[in-house]
Amino acid sequence: MSSKKIYAIYDDDYVLLESAKHLVAKGIYIRDVFSPFPIHGLDPVIGLKRTRIAITAFIYGMIGVSLACLGMWFFMIQDWPLNIGGKPNFSLWENMPSFIPVTFEFGVLCAAHGMAITYLLRNWTLPGFKARNPYKRTTDDWFVMEIHTHDNEASEEEIKALINETCVLEVDVKNS
Amino acid sequence: MHKEAAIREPLILGNDITYSKITNDVLHTIEHSPTKMWKILMTIAVIIALWGVGSILYLLGVGIGTWGLNNTVGWAWDITNFVWWVGIGHAGTLISAVLLLFRQKWRMAINRPAEAMTIFAVFMAGTFPMIHMGRIWMAYWVLPLPNQFGSLWVNFNSPLLWDVFAISTYMSVSLVFWYIGLIPDFASIRDRAKKPVPKLMYALLSFGWTGNAKAWQRFEEVSLVLAGLATPLVFSVHSIVSMDFATSVIPGWHTTIFPPYFVAGAVFSGFAMVQTLMLIVRKAMRLEAYVTIKHIEYMNIVIIVTGSIVGVAYLTELFMSYYSGVEYESYAFINRFSGPYAWAYWSMMTCNVVSPHLFWFKKLRTSLGFTFFMSIIVNIGMWFERFVIIVTSVHRDYLPSSWSMFYPTWVDIGVYIGTIGIFSVFYLLFLKYFPVLAFNEVKSILKSSGEKYKNMSDEEFHELHPVKK
Repeated sequence: MSSKKIYAIYDDDYVLLESAKHLVAKGIYIRDVFSPFPIHGLDPVIGLKRTRIAITAFIYGMIGVSLACLGMWFFMIQDWPLNIGGKPNFSLWENMPSFIPVTFEFGVLCAAHGMAITYLLRNWTLPGFKARNPYKRTTDDWFVMEIHTHDNEASEEEIKALINETCVLEVDVKNS
Repeated sequence: MHKEAAIREPLILGNDITYSKITNDVLHTIEHSPTKMWKILMTIAVIIALWGVGSILYLLGVGIGTWGLNNTVGWAWDITNFVWWVGIGHAGTLISAVLLLFRQKWRMAINRPAEAMTIFAVFMAGTFPMIHMGRIWMAYWVLPLPNQFGSLWVNFNSPLLWDVFAISTYMSVSLVFWYIGLIPDFASIRDRAKKPVPKLMYALLSFGWTGNAKAWQRFEEVSLVLAGLATPLVFSVHSIVSMDFATSVIPGWHTTIFPPYFVAGAVFSGFAMVQTLMLIVRKAMRLEAYVTIKHIEYMNIVIIVTGSIVGVAYLTELFMSYYSGVEYESYAFINRFSGPYAWAYWSMMTCNVVSPHLFWFKKLRTSLGFTFFMSIIVNIGMWFERFVIIVTSVHRDYLPSSWSMFYPTWVDIGVYIGTIGIFSVFYLLFLKYFPVLAFNEVKSILKSSGEKYKNMSDEEFHELHPVKK
């Protein structure tokens, strides 16, 4: 059986959210939703797990902090200890107060950039990449649900009938 | 559906606002040829910018002896301008990060232009320490790179080096924060573009953004975490800038109050610059429905608060110099308010401490003309604050025989005015080719804060948006 993609097009985020609840209650699995802005409350309805991207930021930040400490220990304590105003650099710990600003800044630098790169790669968005939104108006004022027939027990006709119970603008079917 | 209290004023005005109208209104300038006004402003900005570039090239060719510096006054307009620009560069990230953490919806109409201002202002700020090095081609020496000088490293105990890390982190993190917000808006332009060149350009700029549910979920998480990272960053950057002075032993600079006082001053001047720019932008680009009088009033309230903090800091400084009993310390301050630079001190006091309190009158803080006038006054006042701190503290040192004055040369003036020109060129390009408001985010508050929806009953709302046939 060939799989088909059914697109249910709405012109309002609230209507889409309520319709999604309706369809999910009837056992339909919604593959994806395309919208011009985030629809709050949609993620649990269509079964999206919380993203773990914040954890990666923490890991990148810790890497940055460690690198900064290691670097400053090597530059200032190990390789060439400077004697500044009669205050020589003896150990990383004793010098820590004046190393805090750079440690903090470098931690933030690594956390922010590491997370941003992870974000771009996970979303598969980089310069020159092709957009995969099914309709151009999903970045303006259309809110579109994508349902695959092979994800669901229900047939194409049944899914369409369920969608048509909601105030949908248009239903479109594409072969995949 | 989440609704706000009815007494809160709406943030999007007009009963005919729809999602596509927001897109059309904001993208109007991008999709039409530039107006005559824009061309005139751009021409003026380019001329000033070229003058600035010329002055900088002359300075690099001849050396910093062309500045009005002398043996006693070794830091003057360069560092004044550096701190002034960094200060201006504080409002953008404050608006987008701190106000995001506090869930202030009014930030959405102004965060994009304010962040653009931040980034361009930090570019301008970064220029000054670079050209002050004299030999700008040696600028990479500020980085801890392996070298042939007996492996001599940069000094991590010095606030000047902390500044290198702070400013570059601030600039690049602000840029990333700004760009991640821009991607979905570029995608909207891409999907509407008809001509091939803009279509290709915006397709490249939008990184192939799709706007599916998972991408939006990540977008919101990334914005929140970046806001959480940027908030302490904003405070750290200007604290570190202030430590360039505070950790020295010059009377007038050696004060523990500097970090919070500089941060408050930065927010104060940053918001003033946002007002200056936004008042012009909302009028010229007809965005009155999105940047309302209420937004202007909120920003004026921030100006009163931070202006008061700055005022308290000035008075604390004065009191501490008297109470410390240190002769040199008290002379530094007596000299400030009664010496040859008293005119600068009193301009600063009038502009920063006295005038913002006029905003306690609701009529004044909701008046556009008055706000514009005040924003210029505050910008001038904050420039004088840096000038007073820097020049008056050093021009009379311990030895009266080496007392001197600072007189700017045409190169000092050219570089300063020139950076305003370069900034304006960047900003005008931003206004023409970039989405000026974060309009996709503005759409997300239409239902909770738009005038059309605000006073609608639930019945009316359901009638307008039926869910089931």
